[in-house]
Amino acid sequence: MTDTDSFRKETRDWLEANCPESMRHPYRNEADACWGGRNCSFQSEDQKNWLERMVARGWTVPTWPEKYGGAGLNGEQAKILKEELSRINARPPLESFGISMLGPPLLKFGTGELRQQHLPPIARGEIRWAQGYSEPNAGSDLASLQMRADDMGDHFVVNGSKIWTSYGDLGDWMFCLVRTDFDAKKHEGISFVMFDMATEGVSTRPIKLISGKSPFTETFLENVRVEKNQVIGKINGGWTIAKYLLTHEREMIGGSGASRAGSLPVSKVAIDSLGTENGILTDTVVRADIARFEMDEHCLALTMERARDEVKAGVSLGATASMFKYYGTELNKRRYELLMSVKGQDALDWEGGSNHDGFLPKSWLRSKANSIEGGTSEIQLNIVAKHLLGLPG
Amino acid sequence: MSLVLNEEQMMLRDSARDFLKGRAPVSHLRGLRDSANADGFSRELWSEMVEMGWPATLVPEKYDGLEYGFTGMGIILEECGRTLTPSPLLCTSMMGAAAIAKAGSKAQREDILSGIASGERLLALACDESPRHAPQKVNTVAVKNGAGFQVSGKKIAVADGHFADMFIVSAKTGNDLSLFLVPADASGVTVEPYQVLDTHFSANVTFDQVEVEESNLLGVLNGGVSTLNYVLDVGRVGVSAELLGIALEAFERTVEYLKERKQFGVAIGSFQALQHRAAHLFAEIEMCKSLVIKALQMLDEQADADAELVSLTKAKLADTAHLATTEAIQMHGGIGMTDDFDIGFFLKRCRILESLFGDHYFHLDRFARERGY
Repeated sequence: MTDTDSFRKETRDWLEANCPESMRHPYRNEADACWGGRNCSFQSEDQKNWLERMVARGWTVPTWPEKYGGAGLNGEQAKILKEELSRINARPPLESFGISMLGPPLLKFGTGELRQQHLPPIARGEIRWAQGYSEPNAGSDLASLQMRADDMGDHFVVNGSKIWTSYGDLGDWMFCLVRTDFDAKKHEGISFVMFDMATEGVSTRPIKLISGKSPFTETFLENVRVEKNQVIGKINGGWTIAKYLLTHEREMIGGSGASRAGSLPVSKVAIDSLGTENGILTDTVVRADIARFEMDEHCLALTMERARDEVKAGVSLGATASMFKYYGTELNKRRYELLMSVKGQDALDWEGGSNHDGFLPKSWLRSKANSIEGGTSEIQLNIVAKHLLGLPG
Repeated sequence: MSLVLNEEQMMLRDSARDFLKGRAPVSHLRGLRDSANADGFSRELWSEMVEMGWPATLVPEKYDGLEYGFTGMGIILEECGRTLTPSPLLCTSMMGAAAIAKAGSKAQREDILSGIASGERLLALACDESPRHAPQKVNTVAVKNGAGFQVSGKKIAVADGHFADMFIVSAKTGNDLSLFLVPADASGVTVEPYQVLDTHFSANVTFDQVEVEESNLLGVLNGGVSTLNYVLDVGRVGVSAELLGIALEAFERTVEYLKERKQFGVAIGSFQALQHRAAHLFAEIEMCKSLVIKALQMLDEQADADAELVSLTKAKLADTAHLATTEAIQMHGGIGMTDDFDIGFFLKRCRILESLFGDHYFHLDRFARERGY
């Protein structure tokens, strides 16, 4: 048996013994996702056990070094772990912006002390992070942000407001872009800072969305003290960190378009709702659209796999995060449009147990934000045109 | 398996690209057309391909082949797509070799495979009988006649049929389907060549009570469907590789043009309306690259083709190469419509390959069936 084979066997056996049966199904509602944090309340004993076991194994962050709570897996092993998790439809033990967004820049640009302070609690799901990027007047033009940080020697005093903070009211700490030089060019006066959201002067206000839910907040900072040792990278050098983090955020959002363990295939839902005749879906027009969608979904998953293989082989194209973000989010919107069509009248129920309290229509509405958050589809296409195709601009 | 070419495969790609750019760029196809070459390909160029061992790529070593696999063959075909170079590589060296290697008897392998490797034998698959690809709709019959069979029927749109010395023919044997190897010079075979819109040739082939021996049966009697599907799937992956080359070349030429062409005092590539379409096309082509390499590796790894993956690949490549070549014309503007300019050749070749062995609709339907809906 090769090393790869034995790693796969070991992984499969461990998951078989440790992933609770109730954690092997797609999410049915939002509470099924576990976000950790100081105020975490587990939905079930299984959910808690699943997280704790994966944490102990280092598998919430499998590729991070062991000293930061990871398992130090190489690319090949991480791919196997992912395949084995998806083979049994295992839910992610932890959803975390600390893992998907802050972790990578902290590992790449953070000092040893900052990494030691922040990474292990992220890996264990103890601290929930919020992102302070967009401002009311800095959306697609993010670098024009105006949140003000005044230098007080050993610390900054920060004033201003952020918007579209995902789960801002549930965050424990925030990573945040602030302006530390108002005279420099817009990209050159930004710093990347982190602070505890329990600090005096921080407040949030939920934003009610078309889905009726409030997954985002406005976040207000009034004379908030931020320590200077909580800056990643150089002061006024935050834009580099910000962009690096954005590539990871975009990969995360784009990845939601590829088929994954968290959701049923559209064709399966269609077969259950519409039925088949001689093995053919009864509605042949919607059938063609589903087939087109599932083809693209498979293409995207394969291309993400190829991109990882290229990184391993050292022949990576580079700035592909924007392409994946664009493709994946447009695909995810198509997924929900098809699900809404396939379920017909049943998809329109807003409340009630039979429809899991409108999980589908609410998810459909939520998906409309995918091609806006983390940089709109149009911004991603601009980036592809400029950086990958070299078009003038 | 990693979805990246290894070093040896990259060297093959580079050498194929250099050779084709030097010896058979698009002007080569234009020359064949303008000189009304009746073969539609250059036998001189073919002998150079033979020297490089290209037709031997798939042939097992014991029959003088290189046994280099489908991935290697696909790499060469992708480069042929970039230069639109006509040759018997797809129908003979890929499909013919795969058919004989998989289903051929010992005698057939010995007789034919080394001839394929040396470029002397040229094969064509004669399966379609209606204008739209429908390989199961067969009226051609093979009736038992003494020790052999008598084949009668009419096949249309036989790619490379105008120069093949041997046809792989699908025919009804009772209620089932069987495949036969029929020499082009057998009594009762009539070949009518015709030119198609990309200046390549195709042929309608009539079989009028053609006598063949039992030893001409390819694979088992009444077992033709699975062999035919395999050969077609191999061909579909080959066509997809060629379509990828076409899409890439048309796209790269177009992006260059967007940077050069000035209107309103600026390069037209600075306009967002064109940038976004180009960026979208870039993303679609990246998806296609993953499919082609995956499908080629699948053929190398498995004895039978994965129908779902093949249909996905052919459908997506047909769509994307179509988009790339039609956008190429639109973004080049008026000059793209002229015969003097090469970009129109890509549009035409693409349209042929889109249909060959099943178009987007055919494979969309097959993909859904394979997935159980």
